[in-house]
Amino acid sequence: MPTWITDLFSNFWVSLGGKLLLVALMIPLVGMVIGFAEMKLSAKMQYRVGPYFAGGRWGWAQLIADGVKFFQKEDIVPTDADRPVFKSAPILVLVGTVALFVVIPFGPNLIFRDLDVAIFYALAISSLSTIGVLMAGWSSANKYSLIGGLRAAGQLIAYELPLVLAVVGPVILAGTMSMQGIVQAQIDAGYPFIVLQFVGFIIFMIAALAELTRIPFDMPIAESELVMGYLTEYSGFRFLFFFLAEFANMFTMSAIAVTLFLGGWWLPFIPAETLEYAGPLILIGKTFLLVFAMIWFRWTFPRFREDQLQSIAWKWLVPIALLNITVTAALKVLF
Amino acid sequence: MTANGKSNGGRRTVPGMGMVKGLGVTISAMFKTIFLPGKHLATVNYPKVKETPVPRARGVIALDQEACTVCMLCARNCPDWCIYIEGHKEEIPPDKPGGRIKVRAKLDRFDIDYALCMYCGICVEVCPFDALFWSPEYEYSEPHMGDMMHDMDRLQDWLKTVPEPPALEK
Repeated sequence: MPTWITDLFSNFWVSLGGKLLLVALMIPLVGMVIGFAEMKLSAKMQYRVGPYFAGGRWGWAQLIADGVKFFQKEDIVPTDADRPVFKSAPILVLVGTVALFVVIPFGPNLIFRDLDVAIFYALAISSLSTIGVLMAGWSSANKYSLIGGLRAAGQLIAYELPLVLAVVGPVILAGTMSMQGIVQAQIDAGYPFIVLQFVGFIIFMIAALAELTRIPFDMPIAESELVMGYLTEYSGFRFLFFFLAEFANMFTMSAIAVTLFLGGWWLPFIPAETLEYAGPLILIGKTFLLVFAMIWFRWTFPRFREDQLQSIAWKWLVPIALLNITVTAALKVLF
Repeated sequence: MTANGKSNGGRRTVPGMGMVKGLGVTISAMFKTIFLPGKHLATVNYPKVKETPVPRARGVIALDQEACTVCMLCARNCPDWCIYIEGHKEEIPPDKPGGRIKVRAKLDRFDIDYALCMYCGICVEVCPFDALFWSPEYEYSEPHMGDMMHDMDRLQDWLKTVPEPPALEK
């Protein structure tokens, strides 16, 4: 690489700008890929064809066309809405998504910032979008939005707990909260943590599905009861923001699960030099496997009832996660 | 499967097996549709491939102008008032000189607004002179809503697409 490029990127502001640009490009890209996969896979699971004509073949341009459509639409703000709150809610939701990309390790050296408290940071940032959702529900001045927003608040708070508790398992095993440290611990151990933390992995995935408010946990949106929940009054590119944030969050949540439980960018029997380049592909491959599972669940299971949702979180997931932590910690001390 | 883990037959099963079975159904559907689309697809690529509707499908309503007597029964029975009828009396000269003048109703306007029509078929049912028929044609969408108003000539054209009535029962 010519020296002037390395010199340029050693400048703090230039490298920060470059990283920001990369994340800003990655979110629409990931969102579109997952959105398109969802369209096609759901069609196949229901014996349908799915998008077919956009872009000439397989309907590959369907999501681009949809994005352009959203930008053409009128940006409607209801008369009674709390305008500044209404307008800033989608931005806040998307900011939470962008900030999550910071700590995902794509390779041995490919990470935006290897924080010492990366897991803590990720969990803290992911609850930022809860505030965005509640803001959207409150400021819309619509009863469906308000009920949807409050349901979302209740659900996201309830499932934040099992999510955090499930994460504690790998953290105890690795002895660090740094994402690279956890991957390194799995390399040193020679197996991914899912072997010891299978229960933790299942709890994490269930809680992550609930955090993403995806079917079977989509009570905040619940089309048949609440029109579109907290999204009812949104249109145009503000709706697109929520949409993108949902799909990009699927990716980031899955990537965190992959890093914690499935060995991140590491695969056994691959030399370290190859991992430098293959790491991102391995991580993205594993992540898309989990994303596929999320899509698969969505098109299989019906929606839970609100009380079932709460009882699953408080009566089952939290106690099992606590038990998991106790056993993991005891075994860690003993061996 | 019920909540306590019993299947309908009263046999005990593992809790959660229903969910696993459901996952099996969707994934097998996915692989079937991907690898054997010709055999398993339930839908067709509409504008390229067209399915033939059943002969008695309620696609569009056709009008036989000759049979219409401007009795207005259809327009009055239409639940959303999408039928517009106008007519006038026409005098026919008597057969023999000095005879009585005959009066006939002449249809001037018979429009159906398909943007409003809800395809209930009440007009076809009430027509006492069999002037209205169901046709299975369905491809008449328009870029402008006003063009969904079909005038009597267009409704007359639909008559060619009306299938033969079924044979009378003996």
